[in-house]
Formats: sequence, structure tokens, C-alpha cells
Amino acid sequence: MAKVVVVTSGKGGVGKTTSTAALGAALAQFGQNVVVVDFDVGLRNLDLVMGAERRVVYDLINVTQGIAKLPQALIRDKRLERLALLPASQTRDKDALTEDGVARVINSLKQMFDWVICDSPAGIERGATLAMRFADTAIVVTNPEVSSVRDSDRIIGILDAKTVKAERGERVDKHLLISRYDPARAARGEMLSIEDVLDILSTPLLGIIPESEEVLRASNLGSPVTFNNPSSAPARAYLDAARRLMGEEVEMTIPTEKQGFFGKLFGRRAA
Amino acid sequence: MTSVAQPRPSPRFVCRSYMAVALAPEPPLVEWIAEIEQKIKDTGNFLVGPPVVLDLSAVKLSKSAIAHLVAQLEQRGVRVMGVENVDASQLDAALPPLLRSTKKESVEIGAAAPKARETQREKPQPREARSAPATLLLDKPVRSGQSIYFPDGDVTVLGSVGSGAELVAGGSIHVYGTLRGRAMAGSNGNTRARIFCSKIEAELLAIDGHYLTADLMDKALRDRPVQAWLEGSALKISALD
Repeated sequence: MAKVVVVTSGKGGVGKTTSTAALGAALAQFGQNVVVVDFDVGLRNLDLVMGAERRVVYDLINVTQGIAKLPQALIRDKRLERLALLPASQTRDKDALTEDGVARVINSLKQMFDWVICDSPAGIERGATLAMRFADTAIVVTNPEVSSVRDSDRIIGILDAKTVKAERGERVDKHLLISRYDPARAARGEMLSIEDVLDILSTPLLGIIPESEEVLRASNLGSPVTFNNPSSAPARAYLDAARRLMGEEVEMTIPTEKQGFFGKLFGRRAA
Repeated sequence: MTSVAQPRPSPRFVCRSYMAVALAPEPPLVEWIAEIEQKIKDTGNFLVGPPVVLDLSAVKLSKSAIAHLVAQLEQRGVRVMGVENVDASQLDAALPPLLRSTKKESVEIGAAAPKARETQREKPQPREARSAPATLLLDKPVRSGQSIYFPDGDVTVLGSVGSGAELVAGGSIHVYGTLRGRAMAGSNGNTRARIFCSKIEAELLAIDGHYLTADLMDKALRDRPVQAWLEGSALKISALD
């Protein structure tokens, strides 16, 4: 039976879409059948990050409204055969989503794939609550920074209130993914430390993704970062996180960029 | 081919007791209503939503005056579900029903004592001081944005209370974790209520409506286990370590 995962955060811009694409691609690279679903109706980004923006014909809203069938809307990734995308609409907004429509789509996707990863929009209103409604597992993406941490705390509370699982008295499994972590800034006290974040959020840690220019590079190329440059620090961190999501025990490390010989000589950027 | 109709069991009637907030208006009524409105603004939604009973022992009101009072409260979101200490002739079908309070029962809520016990004393007890305080036990952290309202007694949290969360208790508040949100104890006028926490990073503390915001708390106490109590109308905090 497929696992439905929601990637959420509360705060905007912390790395939900990047993480959805990276983890989706990582799981597909490990042989799993994965669909990533964009719930950010009106402000869709997942299609850009996946490099599928020129192949979008039908979207999630079309399917929930019965205008298109699900296989017509699904876009197969050209590079990874086990990865598919269900894009959001760009012309509508979140009010066009209905709970019944989303329930039917999720149920159909569960028959077709091993993993259904829902990329939640930012916020705590309809778009975010519908993205999490049918989830078995939640990945809460947080930057080690006070606003993001408080918003993540809020979203964790909402995961325990507004999901079908919570309403039935069961628990949604929650994992924390700390993204845009910069060890140097944390050491200088400019950023919250990992311990601070875990202390405030009291949620098991799935992975620590370091801040990196690779993320923007990959996004501009329309390729998930784990696929575009699998040896880069964020890619290695996402691959470890995907392994942990599949149940493997992987030691928690914060990967650093591997520096070549010249990198070590000319490592410091001129001011 | 005829199916035998099963006789319907007769409807069950069960006596149940529920907890409600009791408000006792005092003259002059206009001022009392204004105070209630202020209390709602100050302490959030704890009067708005839960069932409220009006104890009219301190005022002499005609039927239309009672109707007016109930309407004034409904306008402010306070839902009156019953009225006590009036004569039955002062109420009609349009007003909330008359309640007769029975012998006071002490009820212990929580894992320790599941059975409700009746008190031995016949003397009526003051409404706000219950003989056996109830406790609400939360064994998970309270997340930002969550609002816990428990007028019947103490609230104990086994975990932290997030920034932007609030706890409102009729009794004391005990947080075995870091208190980062707002804690408001003694919400029914219990001036002896206290607030305890393992680590203080609170945004606001209040006892019986007297409050202190974070910027007025002694910086030296931050991150330490503390207790807060009321001395007159001043909220005092001291370290427990």
C-alpha cells in the first residue's frame, strides 16, 4: 500500500518544493515508484524544479473537476522512469480544490505508485490543510531561524488536528528536515543550532541539508538536486534522508562540499 | 415471508452532569457587562464557547430584564445554557432553563481516580473553590497556536509549551518543560493559583488577570526553573533552583 507523504513547513521559502523534488528523485533512483504532487494552486513551482514546465497539459484541478483523467495529467520524468509529476494549476487558486476531489485523486495515485509526495503550499489555510489531509507521514521543512521554527511548530500542531488520521485518533508520523543549514553561521551564533531547533520542535530528525549554491543551479536547470549533481553536499544529504525515510539507519552527518586541490588553495572568497 | 418486527427498545434516559462556567452578575448590571466584555478581550476566548450558567442570586431581575441580560451576553459570544437561583415564574420558554444545583459532587479527573465521589458535607460551598481540584494532564508538547482552556483546576504539561501557544487554567499551571507561550492561571479569580515551569521563556504570565509580559520579567531568571505567584495585585517570580 502506497505511503502518502506531505512536505510542509508553515513558513514560505524554506525548501519544500526543492525537498519534494530531491526526495522524490532520490526514492526513484533507489527503485521506488514515486509521484510528486504540486498542491500550490496558482503559484506552482514543482513543474519548474522538475524541468517539466513545457509539457504541462492538464493539472490537479482538471482531474479533481473531472475534466481530465489522471493518466492524462501525469507527466513522466524523462530521466528517471519511476518518477512522475502531477502539476498544479497556474490560472486557478486554492478555492478550486475540493476535499472529495483531492481524496479521489490521492486514492487513485495510491494504487499506481509506492510513494505519493504532496508538495504543500506555505501557510495554514485551505491549500496547506488539503495537502496534509490524507497524509500518513509528514516531513516538516525548517530553516534554523526563529520565524521558520515557530511556524513549523504551528504546522506540527495543525498536523495533529486537521488530518484524517488525527481525526480518527491515530498519529501522523512526523519528521523534521532542517534545510539551508550553515555550520559556520551556527557556530557564530547567527543561526539556531541543530540542538536548539530539536529542543523547540521535539520531532525526530530526518536530515540536515546544508546551504549550497547547487540548489539554485539545479532549480534553474530544471533538475532535482539529487539527480543533477549527486555528489554535491545537499544531494548527499537528501539521499541519506531518503534512505531514512525508507526505514534504513543512516548516521546523521552534515555533509560539506568536497574541495579539490585548487579549492583548498583558493578556498576563501575575496571580500 | 413476513419479517418479524423487532420491538424498539424504549429510549434510554440517563442523568449526566457536565461542567459549566458559572457567572454571578452583580449590580449595577451595565458595569458588570462591561467588565465581562473587558475580561473577554483580556484573556482571550475562555468565556466564549463553553456553556455558561447565570447565577442570579445577587440581583433581582424581572423576566424581561433576564431576557435582556441573556441577549447582551449572547451578543458578546457568551452562550447561556441555564439560569439558577431565580423563581420559576421569572423564566419562560424563550429563556434558558432553570437549573437546580444538587449536592455538590467532587469529581477527580485524570488517570489516578476515575470514579466520581460525593462530598459528605451538606453545607453549600463557594462556587469557585471546589473541594477536590481537577487536573488536566497533557503528555505531549503544546504547539504554537494551540489554546488550552481548563477552568476547573490545574493544568500540567509533560513537555514544552510553544511560542504563540496559550494555557488558561482555573487553578495552577505546571510545565515540565520550557514555557515559551502564555500562561494564565487562576482564571476564575483564584488568587492563590501559581505557575511553575522547568525553564522560563514565557511571553506572558498572568494570575487572576494580573499579568506580566516578557520584557518586564527579570532577565536573570531566563532559562531557569521558576514559580510565579500573586502578592496583592503584583505578580512575583522567583527561581526554583
